[in-house]
Amino acid sequence: MLQLDLAAFTPASSLAGGIFIGLAAAMLILLNGRIAGISGIVGGLLRPVHGDISWRLAFTAGLMLAPLLWATVSALPAIRIDAGFPVLIVAGLLVGISVRYGAGCTSGHGVCGLSRLSPRSLVATLAFMCSGFATVFVVRHLIGG
Amino acid sequence: MSRSVTASFLAGLLFGLGLILSGMANPAKVLGFLDLAGAWDPSLALVMVGAIAVAMVAFRLASRRQHSLLAEPMRLPGKGDIDRRLVLGGLGFGIGWGLAGFCPGPALVALGAGELKAAVFVAAMLAGMAWFELLERPPARAA
Repeated sequence: MLQLDLAAFTPASSLAGGIFIGLAAAMLILLNGRIAGISGIVGGLLRPVHGDISWRLAFTAGLMLAPLLWATVSALPAIRIDAGFPVLIVAGLLVGISVRYGAGCTSGHGVCGLSRLSPRSLVATLAFMCSGFATVFVVRHLIGG
Repeated sequence: MSRSVTASFLAGLLFGLGLILSGMANPAKVLGFLDLAGAWDPSLALVMVGAIAVAMVAFRLASRRQHSLLAEPMRLPGKGDIDRRLVLGGLGFGIGWGLAGFCPGPALVALGAGELKAAVFVAAMLAGMAWFELLERPPARAA
């Protein structure tokens, strides 16, 4: 049976944060004609095309400066990273190669693709959700349990 | 700096603030969503609902236009195939996501917050992306 962690559940701030993310994706498509897919934006920097670099760098810089802007107003919420360095390296490599191979991640397929009702993005999102659930199950309940 | 570059920067900033506000910059919270068999935190689902509700309207408007409001070409993805690459890429990404609790956006935000572990993840992710480029587009060899 599914057990809810009501102490951890943050419906209001998560919904509000989601709306921010949706507004950011709306800005990028309506102002720039671009999809807010982080892996595509960052991955495109590794295959530089003339005239196609500065908007990618600007978006990435904005993303990375967000915590600094947040911290000027309020304390930054805790970031807890339990994975050790070897796991982070394996996970990072796997994420990097897979998001380019599958042409998207949580933002490109999960947010933008589902918003466009793209069947491709629905399949990709189901794939990474399922393997994400399965991986955590194996790590926490089969190996770690 | 052109207006579209400024718009990109502001969109990135807003995206990052959204990730922080939603709690998704914290891998422990993401893993709380992915752990269906443990005490389940459904927050990530609400992030998706909020984001999609807003973005859906924007993409509807965008699909009727040839150019963006800043006169850039509207680059909406075409109808690609649902192929092995898409599924394998998705599955592989999910494994990495489940191992670390990081996907690309939150990892960059956590790096901006000065987290060393996020820096290691991002370095490995960039190496993975570069590896893909080498496999996909090997550098031209001298004849």
